[in-house]
Amino acid sequence: MKNNPDDDFLIIEAGKSEKHYWADLWRYRELFYFLSWRDILVRYKQTVIGIAWSVIRPLLTMVVFTIVFGKLAKLPSGEAPYPVLVFTAILPWQYFANALSEASNSLISNQNMISKIYFPRIIMPTSTIIVSLTDFVISFVLMSITMAIYRFVPSWKIVFMPLFLLLATILSLGMGYLFSALNVKYRDFRYVIPFIVQVGMYISPVGFSSDVVPIRYRFWYSLNPMVGVIDGFRWSIIGKGTAIYWPGFILSIVITILIIIWGFWYFRKTEKTFADRI
Amino acid sequence: MEIIIKVENLGKKYIISHQTQDRYLALRDVIASGTKKVVKTIAGKPSLVPKKENLWALRNIDFNIEQGDRVGIIGRNGAGKSTLLKLLSRITEPSEGKIAIKGRVSSLLEVGTGFHPELTGRENVYLNGAILGMGKQEIKKKFDEIVDFAEIEKFLDTPVKRYSSGMYVRLAFAVAAHLDSEILVIDEVLAVGDAQFQKKCLGKMDSVSLKEGRTVLFVSHNMGIIRNLCNHGILLDRGEIKYKGDMEETISTYEYENQNILSIWKNNKDLDKTDFFDIENVVLLDEKGNSKREFFNSESIIIKMDVIVKEIHSKMLILLFFTKHGETAFTYPIFLASKNSLKKGKQTVFLEIQKFLLNEGTYFITIDNSLHCIQGLAKYENILNFEVRFDKMEGMPALENVPGYVFPLLNWRLEE
Repeated sequence: MKNNPDDDFLIIEAGKSEKHYWADLWRYRELFYFLSWRDILVRYKQTVIGIAWSVIRPLLTMVVFTIVFGKLAKLPSGEAPYPVLVFTAILPWQYFANALSEASNSLISNQNMISKIYFPRIIMPTSTIIVSLTDFVISFVLMSITMAIYRFVPSWKIVFMPLFLLLATILSLGMGYLFSALNVKYRDFRYVIPFIVQVGMYISPVGFSSDVVPIRYRFWYSLNPMVGVIDGFRWSIIGKGTAIYWPGFILSIVITILIIIWGFWYFRKTEKTFADRI
Repeated sequence: MEIIIKVENLGKKYIISHQTQDRYLALRDVIASGTKKVVKTIAGKPSLVPKKENLWALRNIDFNIEQGDRVGIIGRNGAGKSTLLKLLSRITEPSEGKIAIKGRVSSLLEVGTGFHPELTGRENVYLNGAILGMGKQEIKKKFDEIVDFAEIEKFLDTPVKRYSSGMYVRLAFAVAAHLDSEILVIDEVLAVGDAQFQKKCLGKMDSVSLKEGRTVLFVSHNMGIIRNLCNHGILLDRGEIKYKGDMEETISTYEYENQNILSIWKNNKDLDKTDFFDIENVVLLDEKGNSKREFFNSESIIIKMDVIVKEIHSKMLILLFFTKHGETAFTYPIFLASKNSLKKGKQTVFLEIQKFLLNEGTYFITIDNSLHCIQGLAKYENILNFEVRFDKMEGMPALENVPGYVFPLLNWRLEE
């Protein structure tokens, strides 16, 4: 191989993305770790509330949904007790909702770093996933306790759960990239995010089973990619009496992939102007 | 020596929209104006084109930097110094032209960026190091050296929110100074921190460039520091290179051209903004009436302000803030109406800072016009700065680096 002296130079030019993008990302991989570490440290250092909050939120949601959908609306829960049915959905939903909100706000809450230091910007929203993962683990423990109380034995298929968790991660990252970039561009976009999360919880099968949805709508219901994720969680944890509705599940996967591509593309397109806008 | 930074025809453009007052784009406005446009198109009326203006913060910049150079970048506020550093450190993208850089660049554009107040000093060293591009092993290796340099051993496990500003700055600088990057880009950060620490930082930077052969790019308003530290200079003026070459030559070009400009501030944008009074211009003078910005402590400094009074109000106030190292050294309020001779129309205010009051150093002036406790009218930040140097004082040995903002002449005597 010939050693071209120009190869050592990093070239910065208008409108061109540098060749070194992926190499740079690799070089800054430890920053990813440090930012996650900072977020976790700050979260659990500040107060006991930090930890209490991650316990109270899923528990309260579970109780409310069990009462409203199970006891009042008397929706069917299949083989599992209603609290377990709800918990299997709260797990992925709250993970998705947390990850999405944290990622979306990550750039503006770190304005200072964006405007004063260079690092591959994509690390910022990506690193927020880890905090949401710790919350996920706490919720998982709570769910195990709930199952123990109801003497419910999870299915062996629970070994597939990480795959659905991965799907939820990809989805929240895709939307997180898109929203965090939009958040920099439009200052009032952040008011839209809680609204999306709020509405999303009611249109996703969190408080009820997707079996409640008439079969002729189920394919279109899966246009909401969280339907695929939640159904997958229920299938893997509850097992008996649950089945994945494959056409819908595949649609959810396709949409998730489209979202991550779109989100990443938009992020890369706009990231060079972040420092000018923020 | 080998060239490690090549800059060709570099330019950075900002688009300023005159349509909105807001700095930020709001989705709400975009939707609203989009709807308006559609309605107007349907109605057949021509839509208003929003007024946009291109502002070139930098243009036609060409230079080369060799390995081991210590380059001082000087120029007035708004000349494009910070923009240039931001382009070189890849924080923002150029609008035209090309930069070629060989080696790792680390930039210190602000002290303590990325520090988290809740975390301890130890944790912040790791975090900040990672943000600046260091790996975990690298930080571990240099940890003791960093802590030692910052002189904060005792407070390593205290959250930095409890640090004094001096400790904070020391720690932040220490992390940055121990980076292994080939190119170090520094913006005015030494303006903070006490004189002793400044000296230490300068020493460190000297050894970084001289012994280790690293390249330093440095922006400062403090000519003393720049003169000491840099061997090459770039003078920027309104986004273009006015002079480049030897540092000493660059400084004298700058000082020669700006003798008057630097001691005069003209208000050319905010005039006629308020109903009560406007400040037209501010000039720094010595006792003889010559405008200048470098004074001995044995001289009075006179700040002359031309004011246009439109309406007399008992609470009209000009507040002058004098800052040094980014902290307020002292503040002086002028209640215009406390002088009975105040009339409508143009008047001149003379404010004298008496001799033997200030310590040596650079002082920045910020002016805040308001109706006291009622309404702020206009604020002009860091519009002028002046330098105070020690003159020989009778019966005293030569002094330097005396801490404090003031260095007054006091009386003392001996008694038996």
